[in-house]
Amino acid sequence: MAEVSVRKVVKAYEGNVQAVKGIDLEIADHEFVVLVGPSGCGKSTTLRMIAGLEEITSGEIAIGGTVVNDIPPRDRDIAMVFQNYALYPHMSVYENMAFGLTLRKFAKEEIAKRVNNAARILDIEALLQRKPKALSGGQRQRVAMGRAIVRDPKVFLFDEPLSNLDAKLRVQMRTEIKKVHQRVRTTTVYVTHDQVEAMTLADRVVVMNHGIIEQVGPPQELYHSPKTRFVAGFIGSPAMNFFPAQVENGSGALRVILPNGVALPVPTDRTARYQAMAGREVIFGIRPEHLTEPKNLDRDNIAVFEVTPEVIEPMGMETLVHFWMQGAEICARIDPTTPAEPGRPMQLAADLNHMHLIDVQSGRVL
Amino acid sequence: MSTSTATREMPDIYHKAGSLSSERRWALWTAYISLIFAAIIFLAPPVYMFITSLKTSAEVANLTGSPWLVREPTLENYAAILGNPTFLVFFWNSVKITVCVVLITMVISTLAAFALARMRFWGSQALATGVFLTYLIPETLLFIPLYQIVGGLGLLNSSWGLVVVYPTLTVPFCTWIMIGYFASIPKELDEAALIDGASWSQMLLKIFIPVAMPGIIAATIFAFTVSWAAFVYPTAFVTTPDEMPLTIGVVSQLVRADTFAWGQIMAGALLAALPPVIVYAFLMDYYIAGLTAGATKG
Ligand SMILES: Nc1ncnc2c1ncn2[C@@H]1O[C@H](COP(=O)(O)OP(=O)(O)OP(=O)(O)O)[C@@H](O)[C@H]1O
Ligand SMILES: [Mg+2]
Repeated sequence: MAEVSVRKVVKAYEGNVQAVKGIDLEIADHEFVVLVGPSGCGKSTTLRMIAGLEEITSGEIAIGGTVVNDIPPRDRDIAMVFQNYALYPHMSVYENMAFGLTLRKFAKEEIAKRVNNAARILDIEALLQRKPKALSGGQRQRVAMGRAIVRDPKVFLFDEPLSNLDAKLRVQMRTEIKKVHQRVRTTTVYVTHDQVEAMTLADRVVVMNHGIIEQVGPPQELYHSPKTRFVAGFIGSPAMNFFPAQVENGSGALRVILPNGVALPVPTDRTARYQAMAGREVIFGIRPEHLTEPKNLDRDNIAVFEVTPEVIEPMGMETLVHFWMQGAEICARIDPTTPAEPGRPMQLAADLNHMHLIDVQSGRVL
Repeated sequence: MSTSTATREMPDIYHKAGSLSSERRWALWTAYISLIFAAIIFLAPPVYMFITSLKTSAEVANLTGSPWLVREPTLENYAAILGNPTFLVFFWNSVKITVCVVLITMVISTLAAFALARMRFWGSQALATGVFLTYLIPETLLFIPLYQIVGGLGLLNSSWGLVVVYPTLTVPFCTWIMIGYFASIPKELDEAALIDGASWSQMLLKIFIPVAMPGIIAATIFAFTVSWAAFVYPTAFVTTPDEMPLTIGVVSQLVRADTFAWGQIMAGALLAALPPVIVYAFLMDYYIAGLTAGATKG
């Protein structure tokens, strides 16, 4: 097991396409780090550079303190689980898992011990003699993980390992992966574009966009204190609501004016933070759960307004209310017991203790 | 996944299935008719050869009655041809040439196809296209310059000269068909092997080649056929009977002066065609498409 350091790493493909534009990332020993971001943001490329499957254009990657830039994948002591599993189709499950150990000249008994142990952890003992084609998607997934576990490598690399599974199995395997990590504690870098997967699995989440890292932090931190508009909009489902707005310094109190004229008083503990923005255009952001029935909120720092719901989505535990405001679709989250009907005006309140103001130019959260 | 339960609840689908099956029957009928037609066209010559090979020279020369019937079947042509030492020399030459050519071709083109399909390097695309274009140049255009080359190597009139020449036909085509097949194998498979600790050669031998077997076998069959049936090059480069392969040997040496021993020629030609049939039958067992099943999500 080991730490992984990614320093100023750039990856340019032919034609000068920069897939990764100089990223820095320090991953601690035993840590579970998830790279998340939209399609094409360079997650896989980053992972493949750590694996040694892709050359690094510039910068440096170190695993366990050793710079591995010029070390081939097989000598990096890593294991990787691919999105399509990449099981060896002509070998049985046992042989698939034993392949790496056989190449490394482990004794037969040791190989058998490790394979059986991994098979027990993953509950695939009954499948050891089967060929991959006789396995279901979930079972193949487990074998692919088993192949990584038996090697007991310094680092596990996962590239969207669950995206080929159906929704139910995905949730189940997600828990499985977390269990395995809690058990073997191997440093893990996990790539996904699913932010729920990222939030549930990660010790720290790395949000990438267009080849750069937007923010690194524990899931809760990314959720509550996003640093950029991108992170604010990417993390959380349903996504944060954004409105164009203006900060105004009126009669001693700082206020945020929404396009429909509603003025929201800035909570006093935030006035210092937003003072510099007085008179400027900003983006006002608020999560759906902070847009709810007035009765659910403290009296302090709330703004109540009336909306006409367009669509009501009962989710069971909660109900989502969609409405339009000045050309933007807004989502609010209310109690399932609160009566709500499309077209019938209702009162909602914004919890201003949880609002975000974003600088229009830089996209930074203020 | 749950479609099987869905169909049970939807009688509509059964209805559709009914009309589909009548469409299918129609497709089967046309398929059978055209296949039978094609089979007749392609099988008539070998059948006629077989019939002739069972006839005595006298019967061949006899023009009365249907030529498709054998009145006094005899194996004397086969006995004569198998007892003919020249025929056995031709046979041995063909075997020797073909085995060498297939080996050389498969080693070169497997490696070349792997490199062109997998390793992205400068000019690899152009090279892959170039390989195919080479195949398009007809051999009749090439045999004069090749004559010079083979002559320069001192291999004229030698079956080894043919071993040198045939790969110019087989390598480009085999490489080309294997590039296509190799490209269809998910590259994560070799990457997984490399990460698992395999060197390039181990990855190639233990993972890639076994998985690519169907494509490799298709190419092997091609190389075998080209080499076994080559006619233009041996006609041009070999004149000594001792060095001739079957294809030209049978026609050039079994004709004595003006007398065509038709029965023997046909028996010889059929015996010559036997090895490809055996090789096809044997390799077809292994030539199961979709050997990669199960490697990926499926
Ligand atoms: N071989 C290549 N040649 C040129 N450009 C490439 C190559 N591979 C990837 N790219 C580009 O690099 C960028 C990052 O690709 P990458 O595969 O890392 O994305 P990703 O974040 O993994 O996306 P996804 O979620 O779709 O897998 C993309 O814009 C892609 O088009
Ligand atoms: Mg990817």
